[in-house]
Amino acid sequence: MSEPAPKPRLRLALWLPLILFGGLFALFVHGLTAPADTTVASAFVGNPLPQFDLPAAADDRPGLATRTFRTGRPKLLNVFASWCVPCAAEAPQLATLAQAGVEVDGVAIHDRHDDLARFLAANGNPYAAIGRDDQRAVQLAIGSSGVPETYVIDGRGVIRYQHIGDIRPEDVPKLLAKLKDAASPGAGT
Amino acid sequence: MRAALAAALLLAFAAPVAAQENVPPAPYAYRQLADPDQEAKAKALMVTLRCVMCQSQSIADSDAPIAGDMRSEVRTRIAAGEDPEHIRQWLIARYGDYVTYTPQVKPITWPLFAAPVVILAVAALLLRGRFARAPQRDDGDTA
Repeated sequence: MSEPAPKPRLRLALWLPLILFGGLFALFVHGLTAPADTTVASAFVGNPLPQFDLPAAADDRPGLATRTFRTGRPKLLNVFASWCVPCAAEAPQLATLAQAGVEVDGVAIHDRHDDLARFLAANGNPYAAIGRDDQRAVQLAIGSSGVPETYVIDGRGVIRYQHIGDIRPEDVPKLLAKLKDAASPGAGT
Repeated sequence: MRAALAAALLLAFAAPVAAQENVPPAPYAYRQLADPDQEAKAKALMVTLRCVMCQSQSIADSDAPIAGDMRSEVRTRIAAGEDPEHIRQWLIARYGDYVTYTPQVKPITWPLFAAPVVILAVAALLLRGRFARAPQRDDGDTA
């Protein structure tokens, strides 16, 4: 300020704040306009299922334990609840998968016996077993942050893939492919 | 129009979401530990853990059902004598670094920890130049 005329070397230093401002402005505009991705993917994919033994949530299906996943065949583990609207929306897709010969096991989150029975009666019951997780112990242990989520578990009980949100009809081939991957030699038994 | 649609959707979801609270909450979701020291440890940890549902709140602040279950998990583990940092690592292994508000020292966070040091170093260099020149300039100004 005390200097009457800036030296040429100082010109860049004078512009630098404006350039920084422009860069930050562009960054903030991008951050404000780009749709936020609020899904929290599980960091636990690739790990074996933690130890659990959940009691049965429905009268006509057994409960769910870690050992039931070590059968040598890949399965789907579906985290759901009767109070969850998208869970009803994905029911037909789970039925399709079950008809294709996939074993689907369910973990019912914060669910009451009667509510669940009504949900299964209304939307069909594609599950081979349904464990009752009243305190989200299993949900937290596998890094699931909401319902519905579907995990591909290989024949050794290792989590191979996580699908977040309801299964849409177009997601079915992808899940079947992931199940096939999980069954491939070298990965499973 | 879009606002009305959003409001209608919210209303449609409100009833089923409330239904998950028909099940009694986990034992330590809304109850403190009997031992004040353990509760203080649990609280200190819980305010630094992110609720994975309402993602701008800590699990200590959030009323989301999943936050209650996370609090109960934390308190149960603290009561069992588990180290708070071990519990944090357990959650990071499942939800990633996103679940903790306390930045972890990892290659990607090095700039975060190095920045203050670098800024202080640059400031010291600049000030040194200025202080070294200052007497000469004073002479010039007073003359």
